[in-house]
Amino acid sequence: MKILVAVKRAIDYNVKARPKSDGTGVDLANVKMSMNPFDEIAVEEALRIQEAGGATETIAISIGPKQCQETLRTAMAMGVDRGILVETEVETQPLAVAKLIAAVVKQEQPELVILGKQAIDDDSNQTGQMLAALLGWPQGTFAAKVTVADGRAKVAREIDGGIQTVDLRMPAVVTADLRLNEPRYVKLPNIMKAKKKPLDTLTPEQLGVDVTPRLTLVKVAEPPARKGGVKVPDVATLVDKLRNEAKVI
Amino acid sequence: MEFDVVIVGGGPSGLSAAIRLRQLAIEAGEDLTVCVLEKGSEIGAHILSGAVIEPRSLNELIPDWKDKGAPLNTPAGEDRFLFLTETKAYQLPTPPQMNNHGNYIVSLGNVCRWLAEQAQALEVEIYPGFAAAEVLYHEDGSVKGVATGDMGRTADGEEGPNFAPGMELHARQTLFAEGVRGSLTKTLFQRFNLRDGVDPQVFGLGIKELWEVEPSRHRRGSITHTTGWPMDMKTYGGSWLYHLEDNLVSVGFVVGLDYQNPYLSPFEEMQRFKTHPEIRKVFEGGRRLAYGARAISAGGYQSIPKLTFPGGLLIGDCAGFLNVPKIKGTHTAMKSGMTAAEAVFAALKGGAPAGQEVRGYAEKLRQTWLWDELYRVRNIKPSFHWGLPAAMAYSALDTYVFRGKAPWTLRHRPDHEQLKPAAECTPIDYPKPDGKLSFDRLSSVFLSNTNHEEDQPCHLTLKDANTPVALNLGRYAGPEQRYCPAGVYEFVQEGGSSRLQINAQNCVHCKTCDIKDPSQNINWVTPEGGGGPNYPNM
Repeated sequence: MKILVAVKRAIDYNVKARPKSDGTGVDLANVKMSMNPFDEIAVEEALRIQEAGGATETIAISIGPKQCQETLRTAMAMGVDRGILVETEVETQPLAVAKLIAAVVKQEQPELVILGKQAIDDDSNQTGQMLAALLGWPQGTFAAKVTVADGRAKVAREIDGGIQTVDLRMPAVVTADLRLNEPRYVKLPNIMKAKKKPLDTLTPEQLGVDVTPRLTLVKVAEPPARKGGVKVPDVATLVDKLRNEAKVI
Repeated sequence: MEFDVVIVGGGPSGLSAAIRLRQLAIEAGEDLTVCVLEKGSEIGAHILSGAVIEPRSLNELIPDWKDKGAPLNTPAGEDRFLFLTETKAYQLPTPPQMNNHGNYIVSLGNVCRWLAEQAQALEVEIYPGFAAAEVLYHEDGSVKGVATGDMGRTADGEEGPNFAPGMELHARQTLFAEGVRGSLTKTLFQRFNLRDGVDPQVFGLGIKELWEVEPSRHRRGSITHTTGWPMDMKTYGGSWLYHLEDNLVSVGFVVGLDYQNPYLSPFEEMQRFKTHPEIRKVFEGGRRLAYGARAISAGGYQSIPKLTFPGGLLIGDCAGFLNVPKIKGTHTAMKSGMTAAEAVFAALKGGAPAGQEVRGYAEKLRQTWLWDELYRVRNIKPSFHWGLPAAMAYSALDTYVFRGKAPWTLRHRPDHEQLKPAAECTPIDYPKPDGKLSFDRLSSVFLSNTNHEEDQPCHLTLKDANTPVALNLGRYAGPEQRYCPAGVYEFVQEGGSSRLQINAQNCVHCKTCDIKDPSQNINWVTPEGGGGPNYPNM
């Protein structure tokens, strides 16, 4: 069984994202970029399944500019066998990404596709679901636990108020939530080995997918600054303020 | 893992050495493996500098840097040198060392990112996110290489679930390019007595912010330096304001770490400096984009240690090549790396064994312009012991009359011995931050994108756990809570007694605590690789 993992190059989680002064997007000039943390969890899960004998090969796919090669090399340094870059300078949106992954799925025929539940840059949380729909496959989103056996994947999902477990017939799509696992540290010798692992480059044209954006970005702005709080002398004043000033009770 | 050369640190000196080594190897058709370790999460993540750089070394290293897209985008323009009083600014003649004609205003972090690309194109192997935590030695005592730090140890030192042990990297020569107050360099000073017979290194603390200002207040290429207020006449300090491209202004304040009043707070000096009438008009209506801090080696010529030892050598600011009156050290750091590379390449040619001492590096360096340049300005910084007016008069004499060739050399005194007991000093009443021009520490550290894995051993180690309260708080009113620009050190009251709390996660790796702690009780060691600030465009 093959597993395909999708990895996105996103702004590093330590970096304070800052809108450009003209509001056309987030300023990414010379800002540190890394693998989307939820995708790191997806990679870790694929590797754990493979190491437990549940898969014969893991493949990472990334979509975006040439620098996404670094993200794929990180996935390979973690242990993924090979990488596929779909190279495009267009800022792809979830539907285009899902279509591109679906096209690669048709070529590679994996039994399981694992993605991060969302990317920390645009927080869309759409790609996995769209991919499952495009392929007509079952989906287990927000996975907190994945067990693969006998052609089926049991996925414990984090939902409001608890855990829901779904039993999927594979091939299937799984999206990783925060508590699925804790990704491993990349080891130095493995970074060296990863440089020699195969990395294929495709284009959206080769895959026959139109990646033209369908959504228009209107404006990116910083949230309004938080106003300082006030100390109230007693409970009665608090209740009064909540009722008459904040109007929440 | 085996390499011909391992370089500890991916700053200007380390990357220049790596590039020069591979250039020479390719020219000679030799196989020479070069590996660069960098503790920051990426190249440039821990680089912080003004910076106006002199392109002299870059011209020598990569003559076609312009065609290769080096990020030297803003030629230096008008130069101003101001003396500030609390409300006024007086223009002084610009000293000849501070003439910036032909220089460039840059983000040194971005220059390093570009240098790393050039190095990788020459097949230098660069590994960011891995801190060299230990020097390894052969049985004969020569340096064998370094070991990277363990990853995934918990706060109490146990192996956590994702534990990954450090790796040994062995090399025929190990080049230490750790920058100011390198933690491994410190151990090498001791082991090989490299500081015998030289002056102590002296330091400054530079605190920098990057601002985007109103287009009407931006004058691309403009360079301003100030001295005077808010420092008193006895304390060494001054500022820079550099106008880069895209309405960006780099502003920084440097305080000499030989300051005496334990109540002084370099961070708050920087904050109130920006409120000066002459300075605030640049920043009003602008927004602050980034913040960071880094110690500076200011000892110059008389503080340069012995540079070589069996198996390795020192390059860049861990040795200390800053030209203080010029306020520039990038060109000298690069030159030291390039000179070391040439000597190391000559010594390693034809499969020479590991562990030899490349004395040729120090000999060669003495023949270069770097040595002459630092010799001529050697008396400027130590003259500031006499206070600002005397120092300025002496500096003019030394520069214009003696032309740097005075028949004497003024000496340095160690920074950590300069603090006076709090009882002999006056507390300083700093203004509250206004949230527009001046800020508090925590909102500042936030902009340095600093992070450390929470569950790991504290990398700010204390030789003696009682000293902070007994000596530092008792005698010096807890200077670490003021000199640390990141709010790492806090004295907290618990049940009637005080305790030092170390918020190691905030640490921006400036090394000031390791330098200024009065009894040298704080020892800065490398945290997990990848931790620390993530400076963009700094």
